[in-house]
Amino acid sequence: MTDWVPRWLHRLSSPPTFYRFAGAVWPWAMVLAVVLGAVGLYGALVLAPPDYQQGDAYRIIFIHVPSAWMSMFIYAVMGVASFVALVWRIKLAEVVAMESAPVGAAFTAITLATGSLWGKPMWGTWWTWDARLTSELVLLFLYLGVIGLYHAFEDRRQGARAAGFLAIIGIINVPIVHFSVNWWNTLHQGSTINVFRASTIASDMLWPLLVMTLATKAYYIASLLRRTRTGLLTLERGKDWVRALAASEAKA
Amino acid sequence: MIALALQPFLAMGGYAAYVWPAYAIFFLVLVADTLAPTLRRRRALREVRAQLTRQNARRGTTAPAPSPASPR
Repeated sequence: MTDWVPRWLHRLSSPPTFYRFAGAVWPWAMVLAVVLGAVGLYGALVLAPPDYQQGDAYRIIFIHVPSAWMSMFIYAVMGVASFVALVWRIKLAEVVAMESAPVGAAFTAITLATGSLWGKPMWGTWWTWDARLTSELVLLFLYLGVIGLYHAFEDRRQGARAAGFLAIIGIINVPIVHFSVNWWNTLHQGSTINVFRASTIASDMLWPLLVMTLATKAYYIASLLRRTRTGLLTLERGKDWVRALAASEAKA
Repeated sequence: MIALALQPFLAMGGYAAYVWPAYAIFFLVLVADTLAPTLRRRRALREVRAQLTRQNARRGTTAPAPSPASPR
């Protein structure tokens, strides 16, 4: 490790240390996610008034848009972690990248499913090959490709390297998803903030959306930390610290 | 009484068939995502324990583990 990296960061990236750190932090992130989620959902489903055009159907936005933002955010995290893993060969970065993929795929699937349920009453169709929808579907396939490639190798670290390359190449799709509504003439509406500006009751709808966005962020942190713990355990199963842990949990 | 008061909320202005499945999918997918690492972790630790037991049996000892250092 080069000397410009702070000592504490170097220490934290050691698997047993990160395992304990993640174990201490994830419950707080999960509590935060649940509390923010409860507040956000109350605002979304009870306090926010119906939309003047879409009635109550628009309430899908409070899970659809935060999930869509997470689908892109998690991909960016996965791409950066993959880059760090490939360049510096840091085991923790590999695990973070590979354990991010299932969470990202989950949010992408939620985005597509809730979008479909929203599209049917508003557009009259479950699906259309529009630029935004298609690029989001490609994002799901990229996630599934990364997961599949990772598991296709007997050696986990080799798999992580191959899947990391795919993750980095796939980053090109993230701006395409984001700007698709501007670059192409799509059925999907443009950025939501404009919708809120047109509405006179903007803040009533905006704050639950922002709270739900924070809730999904907190959830991702909790889920990633838990998954990374498990990933480190599996990767280091021959090491003493994992054996000690397994033995002590058997007694408990 | 409560059921009657909840009725307009549950009806979602006639869009209940779209709004509630969307929220159900959101929760089911995230609950599945939460359970997955728990199950995987349990299985991984069980495998490590099984391996330790096999190794100890081969050595002919009953000690739980070859004095592993605790995680720093």
